[in-house]
Amino acid sequence: MSFTSERLRHVYRQMKTIREFEERLHTEIATGEIPGFTHLYAGQEAVAVGVCEPLTDADYIASTHRGHGHCIAKGCDLTGMMKEIYGRRDGLCKGKGGSMHIADFEKGMLGANAIVGGGPPLAVGAALACRQRGDGTVSVAFGGDGSCNQGTVFEAMNLAVVLKVPAIFVFENNGYSEHTGVSYAVGSKDIAGRARAFGMPAETVDGSDFFAVNEGMRRAIAHAREQGGPAAIEAITTRFYGHFEGDPQRYRAKDEVARHRETMDCLKRFRARMAKDGPLSGAELDAIDQVVVAEVDTAVKAAKASPLPTEADLTTDVYVRY
Amino acid sequence: MPQLSMRDAINQALHQEMARDPRVIVLGEDVSGGAGGSSNEREASGGIFGVTKGLLPKFGAGRVLDTPISESAIVGAAAGAALAGLRPVAELMFADFVGVCMDQIYNQIAKFRYMFGGKSTCPVVIRMAMGAGMNMGAQHSQSIYALLTSVPGLKVVVPSNAYDAKGLMIQAIRDDDPVMFFEHKALYPRKSEVPEEAYTVNFGEANVLREGDDATVVALGRMVVFAEKALDGLAAEGIKCDLIDPRTTSPLDRRTILQSVENTGRLIVVDESPPRCSVASDIAAMVASEGFESLQAPVELVTTPHAPVPFSPGLERSYVPGPQKIADAIRRSLKGRR
Ligand SMILES: Cc1ncc(C[n+]2csc(CCOP(=O)(O)OP(=O)(O)O)c2C)c(N)n1
Ligand SMILES: [Mg+2]
Repeated sequence: MSFTSERLRHVYRQMKTIREFEERLHTEIATGEIPGFTHLYAGQEAVAVGVCEPLTDADYIASTHRGHGHCIAKGCDLTGMMKEIYGRRDGLCKGKGGSMHIADFEKGMLGANAIVGGGPPLAVGAALACRQRGDGTVSVAFGGDGSCNQGTVFEAMNLAVVLKVPAIFVFENNGYSEHTGVSYAVGSKDIAGRARAFGMPAETVDGSDFFAVNEGMRRAIAHAREQGGPAAIEAITTRFYGHFEGDPQRYRAKDEVARHRETMDCLKRFRARMAKDGPLSGAELDAIDQVVVAEVDTAVKAAKASPLPTEADLTTDVYVRY
Repeated sequence: MPQLSMRDAINQALHQEMARDPRVIVLGEDVSGGAGGSSNEREASGGIFGVTKGLLPKFGAGRVLDTPISESAIVGAAAGAALAGLRPVAELMFADFVGVCMDQIYNQIAKFRYMFGGKSTCPVVIRMAMGAGMNMGAQHSQSIYALLTSVPGLKVVVPSNAYDAKGLMIQAIRDDDPVMFFEHKALYPRKSEVPEEAYTVNFGEANVLREGDDATVVALGRMVVFAEKALDGLAAEGIKCDLIDPRTTSPLDRRTILQSVENTGRLIVVDESPPRCSVASDIAAMVASEGFESLQAPVELVTTPHAPVPFSPGLERSYVPGPQKIADAIRRSLKGRR
């Protein structure tokens, strides 16, 4: 796959936006102004962006509790997201959802999900709609390594094979489900192998390399369109912060994050690739960084300045009132 | 007497019962944590709320089992182990996850004793954190005890303080029947006096926290704390009420509630859950059919709105029945009093 310079700038900008969004949240959360539990996506950007790059608004994704990256990669409005995370009335879900429940149906974003394993069956249903429409669209189920132990995910994978729907299961293996390591919790230690056992092609890709993820995703899409059935990707990745903000991470070796920041940082990897093969220059990428930092700053300021929901909002968006 | 938080009181109950009875095991996601982690820390977590801390170092990985994220298998395996002679305490982390393993609870655990003609016991305890107040959103904040209270074959416990939580947990583990144990997250840090030695609190015995002839207030879990606040405020107006904490919703101590209403003639039920088919509506129905002659005013139900739990802090605060709403309901009930 060869990308135009413009497309590469877009890709880098999205990855940088996710990184900046999450790092800014990391500092803002420390001030105590952001309610609830926030799961940061920093470290995994190449997965969301690699997967969503070939998609349009007509394709679907179902996300997870660690969903900010998926939202940004699928084109959700940054300010609308930030307002939602701050619990504001003009947030993407009117402040009723929060970080773990951002959704944007115009962008084909079927919602972040706080139930591990809640999303994949939904993604299979959306894939069924894609198949009925016959327009070549696909539906992506994002999930972590931990989610692959959930019965709902097994059922969703098998159903997708049986119904031959264009569902793509993306397992982001960041090494941990909460405080438990994947080598303990995933008996076979091979998530792609599990997906294969259900009767779909599956491959393991380097989740810190945008190009590796993207190529895997393009093969999965081609399979879904041409063979009319699901495919799976296991992306090996890492998270740069705790499970949620405030996690002391005692399960992790002291130097693990620092090491991963050296070797598994998708932004560094992208920059190295550009330095070697082009076409983007370091200066061009620096310029994107500046734009992104300003954009996230604007989103934070807008979020802090926007109105909170009122008591009357408690019983809007319900079917029945008593 | 030592002051313990509800978190530590439940922890102490688990320690004492595991030491007393080798059949007791604990299983769930991150109940110890750290398995397969790069730090090789033996207990990196102790439960995300810290309730199972210290169990792994004390009782070992044979009896303290970290599980994958597989709620159906966790609860089902706990039930199967109970049928086969163990006394498992399974942790569901958040009560909302009952949704993932409802079959194992509803069609399996709840049915065994009756469906098998009384031949089996299923001494399993399912622990779960419930409740709003921590801005955790619609899928991590629900109080779904009414759902399980409606199922024959389950015992349902909703403690409101550390003392009760310890005694009820020990009773739950020793009980031969399945017990659904709901722990309100906002109550975990709240302290009260808790004896060091093991003791039980019987199921189906309400706790009468306050006495007064003006009205009967029934509250559960965190709502007990809010009802006490409301009553503190009303004391200045000379209003004194019975405050009853049923502690278990199944079995329910109907007698204590009915006797109190017989004396006061007024009933206010406070329940942190939506109003339809709730414990509040259940108690109101019970008093309407069995204590109708005693009632001098309509029963006041103080519940959440009929809506999921919202995320935004202000919204969530107004969602939860707070002291103000409880006090207003008590005043409404007393209006027009002769
Ligand atoms: C059904 C269910 N069980 C447990 C949890 C609690 N929980 C939230 S995230 C998480 C770990 C998920 O691990 P993984 O799928 O690897 O995703 P990651 O957090 O690493 O992105 C757990 C156990 C949950 N939200 N839903
Ligand atoms: Mg993970």
